[in-house]
Amino acid sequence: MVGGGLAVVTLRNIIHSAIAMMICFGSLAGMYLLLGAGIVAAAQVLIYLGAISVLILFAIMLTQAGDANLPAPFHKQVWAAGVVALSVIGLVAWAAVSTDWGAAAAATAIGIQAIAEALFTDYALPFEIVSLLLLAAIIGAIFLARRPEEDERAN
Amino acid sequence: MGLTGYLVVSTLLFGIGAFGFLARRNAILMLICIELMLNAVNLSLVAFNAYLPSEANAGGIFALLIMAVAAAEATVGLALVIAIIRTRQTPEVDEYADLKE
Repeated sequence: MVGGGLAVVTLRNIIHSAIAMMICFGSLAGMYLLLGAGIVAAAQVLIYLGAISVLILFAIMLTQAGDANLPAPFHKQVWAAGVVALSVIGLVAWAAVSTDWGAAAAATAIGIQAIAEALFTDYALPFEIVSLLLLAAIIGAIFLARRPEEDERAN
Repeated sequence: MGLTGYLVVSTLLFGIGAFGFLARRNAILMLICIELMLNAVNLSLVAFNAYLPSEANAGGIFALLIMAVAAAEATVGLALVIAIIRTRQTPEVDEYADLKE
């Protein structure tokens, strides 16, 4: 999975990066299954593998003129970015390893029924806010992606 | 592989996403890297929820909510990027420098 993530940021052809992203998300769904969170794994497959990957592939194919002469993939600031990323990884990994979490030895599975009950009782307000956010996102995307014919006519 | 292993994997994924976001020039790939970082956070939330269980399963529910927010973010982000690419004719972000004027 980490290999998939590395491939995402290093591959030159952006379509290959998108395929590596799908591999990474798929193995992430497997990790959710290992952690006993079946509902999260199912949502991962549906939302990321099903929806977002297809969306990103469509966007790439809409914008890619042809893969003849690929430009250099990285900025000039690649070294600064590498230093920042490595320091973030080092700090957070050190914190994660050196802290005693007092954790249970084995992962406990999350019941789908428990999650559903919590989602519609304790977390009903965030649930509704997310639905409103999705509606706003749909309207915004339609507005942004519309072909600007009206504007051209106005000009 | 205990909780620490999952946390380290999640940290690696987040770092890779941050590096890609800072270093790549393609706008769509920057969006993909944001998705990678959100997924890393999701993994750590689910791992915490599995190893340090709470009554209300907050980790799993937050992971689901983050997925919905990420879907919304990807939709709007891709629409924005496509709109910019249509006007600029290039997906490379360092050629958008005249936005700063």
